[in-house]
Amino acid sequence: MTATIAPPRPQAGAEPPPPSEPRSLPRWAWALVVIGVWIVVWALTKGTDTLEIPVRVHTEVQQQLTDFRDSVLASRDTNPLIQFTYSLGGWFTDVVDWAQRMISIPDFPRPVPQIGWLGVTAIATWIGLAVAGWRIALLVGASFVSFGLFGYWSDSMDLLIVTFVAVVFSVLIGMPLAVWLGTSRRPWVVSMINTLLDIFQTMPTFVYLLPIVLFFGIGASAAVVCTLIYALPPIIRVAGHGIRNVSPTTIEATDAAGQTSFQRLRKVQLPMARKTIVVGLNQTIMAALSMATIAAYVDGPGLGKPVLSALFKNDVGGAFVPGMLIVVMAVMLDRTTTAASEASERAARGQVDLRLRRIVLAVTAVGALVAVWASRTYISLAEFPETSWGPTLAGWVDDFTEWFTDTFRGATDWFKNLISDYLLNPLQSLIAESPWYVTATAILLLAFVFGRARALLPTVICLAGLRYFGLWHDSMITLTMTLVGTLLVMILAVVFGVWMARRASVDLMLRPVLDAGQTIPPFVYLIPMLALFGPTRFTAIVAGVVYAAPVAIKLVADGVRGVSPTTLEASRSTGATTWQEITKVQLPMSRSSLVLAANQGLLYVLAMAVIGGMVGAGALGYDVVLGFSRSEEWGKGAAAGISIVLIGIMVDRICRAAAHDEAVTHDATRRPRWRAALGG
Amino acid sequence: MNERSERTVQNGDAALSVKNLWKIFGRGADRIVGTPDAELSRAELKEKSGCVVGVRDVSFEVAPGEVFVVMGLSGSGKSTLVRCLTRLIEPTSGEIVVDGHDVVSASEAELRELRRTHASMVFQHFGLLPHRQVIDNVAYGLEVRGVGKKERRAKAEEIVGLVGLSGYERSYPDQLSGGMQQRVGLARALASDPSLLLFDEPFSALDPLIRRDMQNEVIRLHRELGKTMVFITHDLQEALKLGDRILIMRDGAVVQIGTPDEVVGAPADDYVKDFTSEVPRSHVLTLKWVMRDPRPGDSTDGPVMSSDTVVRRAAQAALASEHPVRVVDDGQLVGIVDDDAILRVVVAEEEVSA
Amino acid sequence: MRKMRIGTKLTAVAAVAAFVLAGCGDGGSIDEQTEANESGAAGAGDCGDLNMAVNPWVGYEASAYVVGTVAQEKLGCKVNYKDLKEDVSWQGFGTGEVDVVIEDWGHPDLEKKFFDGSGDGSATDFGENGNVGIIGWYVPGWLAEEHPDILDWNNLNKYAKEFATSESGGKGQFLGSDPSYVQFDEAIISNLGLDFKVVFSGGEAATITAFEQAQKNKEWLIGYFWEPQYVHAEVPMEKVALPPYEDGCQDDPATVDCDYPETPLKKIVSTSWADEGGPGVDLVKNFNWTNDDQNLVAAWITSDGMSPADAAAKWVEENPDKVDAWIG
Repeated sequence: MTATIAPPRPQAGAEPPPPSEPRSLPRWAWALVVIGVWIVVWALTKGTDTLEIPVRVHTEVQQQLTDFRDSVLASRDTNPLIQFTYSLGGWFTDVVDWAQRMISIPDFPRPVPQIGWLGVTAIATWIGLAVAGWRIALLVGASFVSFGLFGYWSDSMDLLIVTFVAVVFSVLIGMPLAVWLGTSRRPWVVSMINTLLDIFQTMPTFVYLLPIVLFFGIGASAAVVCTLIYALPPIIRVAGHGIRNVSPTTIEATDAAGQTSFQRLRKVQLPMARKTIVVGLNQTIMAALSMATIAAYVDGPGLGKPVLSALFKNDVGGAFVPGMLIVVMAVMLDRTTTAASEASERAARGQVDLRLRRIVLAVTAVGALVAVWASRTYISLAEFPETSWGPTLAGWVDDFTEWFTDTFRGATDWFKNLISDYLLNPLQSLIAESPWYVTATAILLLAFVFGRARALLPTVICLAGLRYFGLWHDSMITLTMTLVGTLLVMILAVVFGVWMARRASVDLMLRPVLDAGQTIPPFVYLIPMLALFGPTRFTAIVAGVVYAAPVAIKLVADGVRGVSPTTLEASRSTGATTWQEITKVQLPMSRSSLVLAANQGLLYVLAMAVIGGMVGAGALGYDVVLGFSRSEEWGKGAAAGISIVLIGIMVDRICRAAAHDEAVTHDATRRPRWRAALGG
Repeated sequence: MNERSERTVQNGDAALSVKNLWKIFGRGADRIVGTPDAELSRAELKEKSGCVVGVRDVSFEVAPGEVFVVMGLSGSGKSTLVRCLTRLIEPTSGEIVVDGHDVVSASEAELRELRRTHASMVFQHFGLLPHRQVIDNVAYGLEVRGVGKKERRAKAEEIVGLVGLSGYERSYPDQLSGGMQQRVGLARALASDPSLLLFDEPFSALDPLIRRDMQNEVIRLHRELGKTMVFITHDLQEALKLGDRILIMRDGAVVQIGTPDEVVGAPADDYVKDFTSEVPRSHVLTLKWVMRDPRPGDSTDGPVMSSDTVVRRAAQAALASEHPVRVVDDGQLVGIVDDDAILRVVVAEEEVSA
Repeated sequence: MRKMRIGTKLTAVAAVAAFVLAGCGDGGSIDEQTEANESGAAGAGDCGDLNMAVNPWVGYEASAYVVGTVAQEKLGCKVNYKDLKEDVSWQGFGTGEVDVVIEDWGHPDLEKKFFDGSGDGSATDFGENGNVGIIGWYVPGWLAEEHPDILDWNNLNKYAKEFATSESGGKGQFLGSDPSYVQFDEAIISNLGLDFKVVFSGGEAATITAFEQAQKNKEWLIGYFWEPQYVHAEVPMEKVALPPYEDGCQDDPATVDCDYPETPLKKIVSTSWADEGGPGVDLVKNFNWTNDDQNLVAAWITSDGMSPADAAAKWVEENPDKVDAWIG
C-alpha cells in the first residue's frame, strides 16, 4: 500500500561518474620498471657514495647532539627544569617506595612488608570478585599465587606497582589529549598529534633512557617515566579514535536537545566510547608491561630485573620463568579490565542482584581482612615459602632448549643461509650498496608509483632527514632487514590468519599463543635464537617476526572473518573450491586488513631493530645500543634512533597514501576503514 | 484521515518562518550567494567552484498548529533544510524565525535555549543513547536544561505513557524494536514541551505496518497536543496522509507548496506530476477538483456534499444516486459532480495500478 | 545464590589455607624479628647507606656482592644494589644515587666528564681492585687443538675462508662484541692486512652463545673475548697472539696494529660519599682480590645457580683472612 516513491528515472548528476579508464600500465608494472632501471644503475655504480662510516666514527651533526647532551648534563645542578623534573622523579620514587614497603619489600624494622603475600593475594582476589565476578577472581588469585610459587613474589609486586603508577599517569595525561584528538575539528591538530604519537611509538626506548635518567634519576622514577612515555600513545590514539567515532546521529540528536559541548562530552561521547576507551586502556597496560625489561636497564624494579640478569648469564630457563610471569600478569590484567568493563555495564543495566552482591562482597571482604591480619602475623604467610617450582621449570626449559637447538641447528642454519644468500644479501646490496642518491631517487619514484603525489612530501622529508643525520648506509641496511622481516610476517599472517578465520578451533588455540608472543620479553627467546641462527641479521629478523607476527595474524584473521557470509555463500554456490574461495573471495575482500597488517607488521619489525643490534644485526640497532653504552657516542645513538623513526614514518606514509589511492580508484564511495583504525 | 481546518498564516504570527534560506557546502560557500554563480545548476556549480548547493533560496511560513511536510527524493536537500532550522547545520544565508526568535543571529547560548525549549527534533536513525534507559533518554533534554532528577523523571514518565511505552521505562534502547525506539525518540522530543516539532524522515527505517502505526500515532499526538510540526519525508503517501501543506523540493529548491489536493490536482510541473502519478487520486482529490459549474438544467435531487469531501468518500453515494452530486459550500451551490467525473478519477487510478 | 556460595567458598578456602600454612610454616613471629631488628639498628655502627652499582656482567656481580656482603654483615651498612650500565652508574655519582663502581675497565670519556680537573669532580678513582682484564682475540678450544698454528695471527689469512659466514660478505668473519667494550678490531684487521670483516654480535650474551655453539658443533669462530669471564670455566677458549702491546701503540685508534694491553681494573666511587668517610669507605678502599677469586664466585653464580648474595656469603665465610685484611 505504501507507495514509496522510487526515482522515476535516473536524475542528471545524481549518478556516480563511471569509473575512470584503467591507466595504461598497472602500478606493479611501473614499480618493476623502476626496480629494473635501479638494478642496471646499481650494477654500474655499486659501492660508490654509499656513505658508509666506520663504527666508532661520528659526523658533525652527531657530535652536536652529544655536545648538547653534555651541556645539559653539565648544567644539572643549576638547570631549573632538571631541578623540577628531579623533584618530580623523587616524588615518583617515594610513591613506589611506599607501595613497595606495603606489599613487596621489608618495611624496616619489620622483616617483611606491611601486608604479606596472603593478604595481598586475598585483597587482589577480592577486587577481582568485586569488579568482574568470580571467574576473574579465580584467575587473579591463581596468578598471584603463581608469582609466589615460581619464586618471584616481590619482583612481581614491584612490576605491578610500577605498571600501576605509570598507567594511572598515562590515563591522567592521555585522556585529555584523547578528548582533544577525538573532538577537534581542526585537521592539523589531528595530524599533529598523530605524527607525535608515531614518533613516540617508533623511537627506540634506549634513545630516551639516558635523558630520562638525566632528568628523573635512577631506579623507580626512571622506570615509571620511561614506562609512562611508552604506554601513553595507545590510550591517546585508541580512546581518541573511539570518541571521534561515536555515532554522529546520536551526537546530532542530543545536540538538538540543546546540550553544551561539555555535556556532550560527559554524557554522550565518553559513555558511548567507553568500550573503545577500555581497549585503549588495555593496550596501554600491555605497552607498560612490555617495558619491564627495558626499565630494568636503569634499575627499575620489577620482573624485568631477573630477566635481564639471567640474560647476561646466558641462563635461558632463568629468563623464561620471570618472562612467563610477565605474560601471566599481562593476561590477568587484560582479562580483568575487559571483564570489569562488561560487568559494570551489566550492573548498570540492573542485571545484577545488588543486595545479594553486597552481602557476598561484605562476607568475602571479611575473609580478605582475616587473610591480611594473618599475613601480618605469621612469617610464612608474609613471605612466600620457597618452592622448587621456579628452578624446576627453568631446568625443564633449559633441557628443552638445549635439545631443540642441538636437534634443529642444522636445519635452521640451512634456512638462514638460504634466506641470507637469496633474499637478504642481494636486496641489501641493491639498497645499501647503490650510491645514496640512486637509492633515494628509486625510493622516491616507488613512493610516487604507489602513493601518487600525496606520498611524495613525507618521503622527501624523511629521506632528507636520513641523509642529514649521517647514518644513510646503516639506515638502508635496517630498511632491508625490515622489508624482509615484513615479508616473512605477511606470509605467516596470511597462512595463519586465513586458517584461524576458517576454523574456530584453530583460533581458540592460537590466540593465547599470540598473546604470549606479543607480551613475552624478547630477551627471553634471544638466546635460543642465537643458538639456532648465530649472531646474524637473520636472528634479528626472526626476533622481529616473532614480535610482529601476532599482531599481523590477528588483523588478517579479523579481516577475513569480516568478509560478508552472503558473498561467501554466493561464491560457494558457483562451485568454487576452497583454494578459489580463499584466493578469489576472502583475500581480495579483506584487502584493507592485509594492508593494515603489512603496515603494522612493518612498524613492529622496525621496533625490534634495537634488539636486532644486540644479536649481531649491526646497522641502526647497533648504533642505538652503542649510544646507550658509550657516553661519547650518545649523539650517534640518538641519530640512529631518529633515523629509525624516519624510516618508520616514511614507509607508513607511503603505505597510507597507497591504500588511499587504491581505495579511491577502486571504490569511490567506500572510505578506507583501516585509515580510521590507524587514526589517519 | 484526520480532520483538517484550513489555516492561513497571517503576517507576523507564524510559528516558523523561513526567508531566502541558502545552504552551500564547500570552501568559500558564503561568497556565492548573490552572485551570478548562484544561478548555476548544481552540477555546474560543483564543476566551477567545488561547492555543492544543499538548499537554494527556500522561503515558507508555517502556521501555529500546522503540520507542514517537506518532501523530495534523497539528495533534494530536505534533510539539510530541516537541520538548518535549528542550525545543526549552519545556513549560508537567509532568515529563520521560530516563535519570534531569530535563529540565524542567535548566540551559542540563545541557540541552546531555543533547542531546549522551542524546537525539538526526531531523527531517522533515532539517535538514542545506548547506555541510558528509556526514561533517561526521554529526560535527556530536561537534564541538559538542568532540571532536577526527580522532576525530570516524573515528566519523562508522563511522556513515556503518552507515546504508549509504559512499562518500558527501565529498558535499554537495544532491547526495543525499531518502532518502539522511535517512540522513545518521539517522547524525547516531546519531553521538553516544545512548540515546534521537527521530524527528519522518522519512519523510513521502519517496517510498513509499524510505519502506519507510527503515522497514526503522530496524527493522534497532533490532535491531542496541537504542536506545530515540520515533517520531512520521501514518501508521498505519508506526506499526503499527514500534511496540512506540502513543500516539494528538488535539487535544493522549492518546486511547489500546496495542500495535498493542490499538489495532486494541480502539479506545478512534470516533476511533481511524475511524483503524484501513482497516487490513488480518489483518496486525495476533493470534489472541488472534479466538479463542474452548475448548469440550469441540473437535477436538484442529488446528494449534497461540501467541496472538500474526498472523491472516494463521495463515490458510493454519488454512484448509488440517480442524480449528480450537488456541491454546496456555506449553503451555496458551487458545483455539480457527475458520475462520469467520479468514474474518471477512480478508473484512471485502477489503470495506473494495473 | 550461586554467586554467594562461591564467594563464601573462596573465603573459606582462603581462611583454611591461611591457617594450614601458618601451622606448617616455621612459625617465626614477625613481632619478635621486628624488635630484634630495632635493637640491632640501635646498636649498628655509623656505616649508613652504601649504593653499589651492579654492572651487567657476572664477574662484576661477584665483586659487588662480596663487598656488599662484607659491608652489610660485618659493618652493618645498609647496602642498596642498583642494576645499571656503566654510563648510567657514572651519572649517578653526582646525584647521590650511586656510591661505588667496583670494577671499571677504563672509560676515558666518562673520566674526562666526571673526574676532578677536567670534569665536575663527582667521581674519584679509588685504585685498583686486584683483577686484571685481559682482552684479545679468541678461538674455541677445538680449533686450537686441531689447528694449533691458528693461534699465531700470521696464519689467520690462511684460514680466512673457513671463517666466512652469511654476514661477512665472502671474507672471514671476526665477531666483534658488546658496544660497551673498548674495541679496535676493525683497525687491527686492516693494519695487519687480514682478510676479515668485523661483524658485531652487539651483546655479551650473543658472543657467549656464539662461542658455546662453536665449541659444541665444531664451528669456525674467531672473536673478541676477555678474562676474567665465568664462561672460560665451561667453554675452552684460546687466545690468538697478535703483535705484542707496546706503550703508545693504541693511542691513535686508526693506526692500532697490536694486541690489547692488560688492564688493571679499578674502583671508582662518588667523591661526596668518599669525603664523608666511614667504615664502608675504608672497606671499598682496601678491597682487593684476584682473578681466580672472582672466577670462583662467578662460577658459583652461573654454573651452580646460586644467588649472588649466597655465593658471596659463602666466599666470605671461607676466606676470613682476606676479608679481615679489607676491614683492617
